[in-house]
Amino acid sequence: MDLSFTSEQEILQDSAVKFAQKGYSFDQYKKSLKAPGQCDPAIWKQVAEFGWLALAVPESAGGIGGSTLDIALVAEALGAGLVIEPFIAGAIFPAAIIAASESAGRQDALLGNLASGDAQLAVAYSERAGRFDPAQCTTIADKNAKGFVLSGEKICAFNAPNASHLIVSARNGSAVDLFLVPRETAGLSLTAYPVLGGGVAADVKLDGVQVDSDARLGDITALEAGLDKAIAVDCALALGGMKALFERTSAYLRTRKQFGVAIGTFQVLQHRVVDMFIELEQSRSLVLLATAKADSGDAVERRRAVSAAKAYVAKASKMVAQQAVQLHGGIGMTEELDVGHYFRQLTAFGTRFGDRDYHLDRFQAVAAA
Amino acid sequence: MNFDYSPEEETFRQEVRTWMEANAPRDPSGIATGMRIGKETQFAWEKKLASKGWLAYTWPAEFGGPGFTPVQRDIFDAERARAGAPSVIPFALMMLGPVLMKFGTPEQQKRFLPRIASAEQVWCQGYSEPGSGSDLASLKTQAVRQGDKYIVNGQKIWTTQAHWAHWIFCLVRTSGDGSKQQGISFLLMDMNTKGIEVRPIVTIDGHHHLNEVFFTDVEVPVENLVGVEGQGWTIAKYLLTHERTAIAGVGDSKRQLRWLSETVARDPALKDSPHARRRIAELEVDLLALEYTNLRTLDRMAKGHSPGPESSGLKIKGTELQQGISEAQLEFGGLQAMPWGQDVEGEPVYRAASTRYNFLRACTIYGGSNEIQKNVLAKVLIGL
Ligand SMILES: Cc1cc2nc3c(=O)[nH]c(=O)nc-3n(C[C@H](O)[C@H](O)[C@H](O)COP(=O)(O)OP(=O)(O)OC[C@H]3O[C@@H](n4cnc5c(N)ncnc54)[C@H](O)[C@@H]3O)c2cc1C
Repeated sequence: MDLSFTSEQEILQDSAVKFAQKGYSFDQYKKSLKAPGQCDPAIWKQVAEFGWLALAVPESAGGIGGSTLDIALVAEALGAGLVIEPFIAGAIFPAAIIAASESAGRQDALLGNLASGDAQLAVAYSERAGRFDPAQCTTIADKNAKGFVLSGEKICAFNAPNASHLIVSARNGSAVDLFLVPRETAGLSLTAYPVLGGGVAADVKLDGVQVDSDARLGDITALEAGLDKAIAVDCALALGGMKALFERTSAYLRTRKQFGVAIGTFQVLQHRVVDMFIELEQSRSLVLLATAKADSGDAVERRRAVSAAKAYVAKASKMVAQQAVQLHGGIGMTEELDVGHYFRQLTAFGTRFGDRDYHLDRFQAVAAA
Repeated sequence: MNFDYSPEEETFRQEVRTWMEANAPRDPSGIATGMRIGKETQFAWEKKLASKGWLAYTWPAEFGGPGFTPVQRDIFDAERARAGAPSVIPFALMMLGPVLMKFGTPEQQKRFLPRIASAEQVWCQGYSEPGSGSDLASLKTQAVRQGDKYIVNGQKIWTTQAHWAHWIFCLVRTSGDGSKQQGISFLLMDMNTKGIEVRPIVTIDGHHHLNEVFFTDVEVPVENLVGVEGQGWTIAKYLLTHERTAIAGVGDSKRQLRWLSETVARDPALKDSPHARRRIAELEVDLLALEYTNLRTLDRMAKGHSPGPESSGLKIKGTELQQGISEAQLEFGGLQAMPWGQDVEGEPVYRAASTRYNFLRACTIYGGSNEIQKNVLAKVLIGL
């Protein structure tokens, strides 16, 4: 066993932390919130130039082909810096699906554009009745002479309004398959909206969308593998936010005075901050485990570690976020302070890609199998 | 012992229910689900209540209220919530009113109480300051007497609905002598007075409820002092004991929980989920415990006793439950609760969930944070 990072990983982490601390101020965050699609093109360009988008693209497609841990190191820094650009939803998640799919090799041009920051993608897999489960899919892919006709409805496809192409899951006979659909295809319509905690999403309607037969990327196993990678990385992003809130809260307890003393002298608040710290460290352990196992060829091992991390971090991040606001008192409730913005980001984290209940069920199902 | 309501109380409930069903505002933007209530809707609703004589529903008849018993008040509030109608802005009706009844001069009572009960005058509460939140007694806003006026200088913060209010009641410092509590006085100010400036604060639900209020050489006639100089702290403490029972929020929590379970029952993804059913059952049991603790307190009050120590738990448990229900709304809503700052189609409870969840973080902070409530209770219970 050796839990240290390689020197390359330390350099990667270092550059991401520096970017988040120096290149992405709270003012930049507010600017990004107002940018089209809540993504500042200048920031996205920098993210691409650092090579962080290429981390998700295999070397064979001209990328860097980083490990999930590599990507997670970047994500943690971005989370700590409140970076809302769609690193995971627009790049890591869809790239991981394509890389894991049968079509890997056929999509090199698209992945190249993704790595260079010239294109963003999105994944439309969630449906209202299926909640978080990618296997519960009622969208239909009907085979015809030209390829497939897709019909159905997806909800909350993160980053869809910014994407050049959507990866859509649809039922093809008895299987659930994945299709790459250019956003401008006839019959495809988006209801776009901003999402809690930053970023944009869309509900997607597919009304007889005709795609070619080579639009089929592969089957649901690629979606599952991509999801697990995205979730592990997303947990690292949340870890960054938790750490930022822990640091801000402990600093506030040192400086805010009431009753003539720093409020950090009140034991009930001291214990609360200690609990926040403990939850942060417990989370870190499971996030590291999940990033290590996310690349495992053993799907059972991978699923178990990823769902454990998500179930745990969802609960821990909720506690940390709630207490950060509580311990700041009135000022923690304001738009003016960044604490409330981290709070919202962590709240959204708890839901996207499956909540705690969903992942506990999934963990249990894997353990029972 | 008997937990049943009397036939008279049941008749009263029916009367209120019928009226509420006919008159509660129907608002497509979803007041009912706890989304933001606009000023016009709120004011129109309060006018309607006033015309029925029910706006000041906690007041005795001699001061222009309907003279409800404690149990009737509770029934009234439960029925108001059940109908999905917004609660009244509490500052004048629940706080200032009782203060004027006990400490105000007959002139002050005549001048203000009828206008409050008729919805002519909306008030806000100016207690907190940037440096004085939990430690309220350290407040610095100064009122210096000059002839028949006070000259007020300083700043209040977190002032709910100051941008709607016609008047503000403030705790101000009139003396630096003695203990910090001794120098505090209770002063009423017309928000239109020269030198008062209101600046908005936007909260993490994305809305404007709160404000900063700045006072620069504001001239306030001495007849706007309530009680005597230096009595402000005593008045503030009286006010706190007065708001204890309303604060449990049983009626509104019941309504929110019912909406949630109705929504879940038609949600194809959750209606058969054992998690969801159990979570709702847990919240219902917690709510029942709160409801009956509240009723025990009401029973004591109806018999002329002051609220017992069990009532101190009402704010703590009541606010935790409000947060717990909003958390369940958010989590059941799942991806449907993710849209932010833009109305989209969908189940109203899910659509409102993230806004409610965010704003309700405040309920364990305002009105004396839950940490402070526990400090107070600990002192009484441990007796050190
Ligand atoms: C939505 C909202 C509406 C409000 N409306 C009004 C209004 O209309 N009028 C008005 O005057 N005020 C209003 N307030 C202000 C509210 O009363 C204060 O926020 C509250 O008293 C806490 O003060 P603070 O914000 O300064 O926090 P602080 O007092 O600085 O507290 C920070 C943290 O320290 C904890 N703490 C402080 N002292 C102790 C202690 N001794 N032991 C243990 N823990 C402690 C607190 O519980 C909190 O968690 C409102 C606040 C909010 C959020």
